Amino acid sequence: MTVGLGDYLAVAAALFTIGVFGIFLNRKNVIVILMSIELILLAVNINFVAFSSFLGDLVGQIFALFVLTVAAAEAAIGLAILVVFFRNRHTIAVEDVNLLKG
Amino acid sequence: MQSLSKHEGAEEERKRMLTAIAFYVFSAIMIASAFMVIAARNPVHSVLFLILAFFNAAGLFVLLGAEFLAMILVVVYVGAVAVLFLFVVMMLDVDFAELKKGAQQYLLAGLAVGGLLALELIFIVAYHWNITPHAVAAAAAATPAGVSNTVALGRILYTDYVYYFEVAGLVLLVAMIGAIVLTLRARPGVRRQSVWRQVSRTPENSMDLVDVEPGRGDKA
Repeated sequence: MTVGLGDYLAVAAALFTIGVFGIFLNRKNVIVILMSIELILLAVNINFVAFSSFLGDLVGQIFALFVLTVAAAEAAIGLAILVVFFRNRHTIAVEDVNLLKG
Repeated sequence: MQSLSKHEGAEEERKRMLTAIAFYVFSAIMIASAFMVIAARNPVHSVLFLILAFFNAAGLFVLLGAEFLAMILVVVYVGAVAVLFLFVVMMLDVDFAELKKGAQQYLLAGLAVGGLLALELIFIVAYHWNITPHAVAAAAAATPAGVSNTVALGRILYTDYVYYFEVAGLVLLVAMIGAIVLTLRARPGVRRQSVWRQVSRTPENSMDLVDVEPGRGDKA
């Protein structure tokens, strides 16, 4: 019973699919959509680290570190926009985001 | 001699078995909690399940030999991002039941797209790939022997990838300033102390001497 690269890729694929499904399931709730994006990015990171480990190349881990950085920045900016939007409209439903609609 | 190597073989087998068990436990908990993130009714529970998913992902990273990234995952995601989510969820007074209401109507579309995606990914992951020999030969930075993961990463990150590292820092700086600028608000009508104006007051610009004619009061 040896855990191979394929097993890690399968787990990451399942996580990615759950993330995409979450965006559809919670189409109104921006907070859960942001969490789904975090799950998708985590799946990508697992792929990077798995390949890095099985091919013996450390650059995959470096790239995963940068993905992590960008994910953290994205979460911070996304939540800031959410807070400002809630302050103006008192809701976070995605359908109500239509201020720019003509 | 023969029995010794046999003993080592059994030891090796036991180690592999433990690794496999740890892998299955971590990934099962991670996928279950990821599902709960999107399925939970209460967003606070969603965030807590997200934290659980990240902890188990950190466990998977440790199994893969990426200890530094595992620790970064715990510190950055659990310590910063998840707490940020928790703050926002608890701070905003949102009617989450209202948001959850029409979720069933997207269930079918979501299942269709998600199922298709899962099918494609399984197809790729299970069958149609293999690693070319040159991919291993052309590794940009092979893992050195006898050095811990953190040291090895640091040696590459601060030499070959130092510009990328600086750009990552810049991205974080922009995100920090952006988040502050977005959420900062100047409320009108709030009395604040203005230290600069107080300190820079002089007798010349804060006092007027008026010659008042007798009998006319201050109407002059």
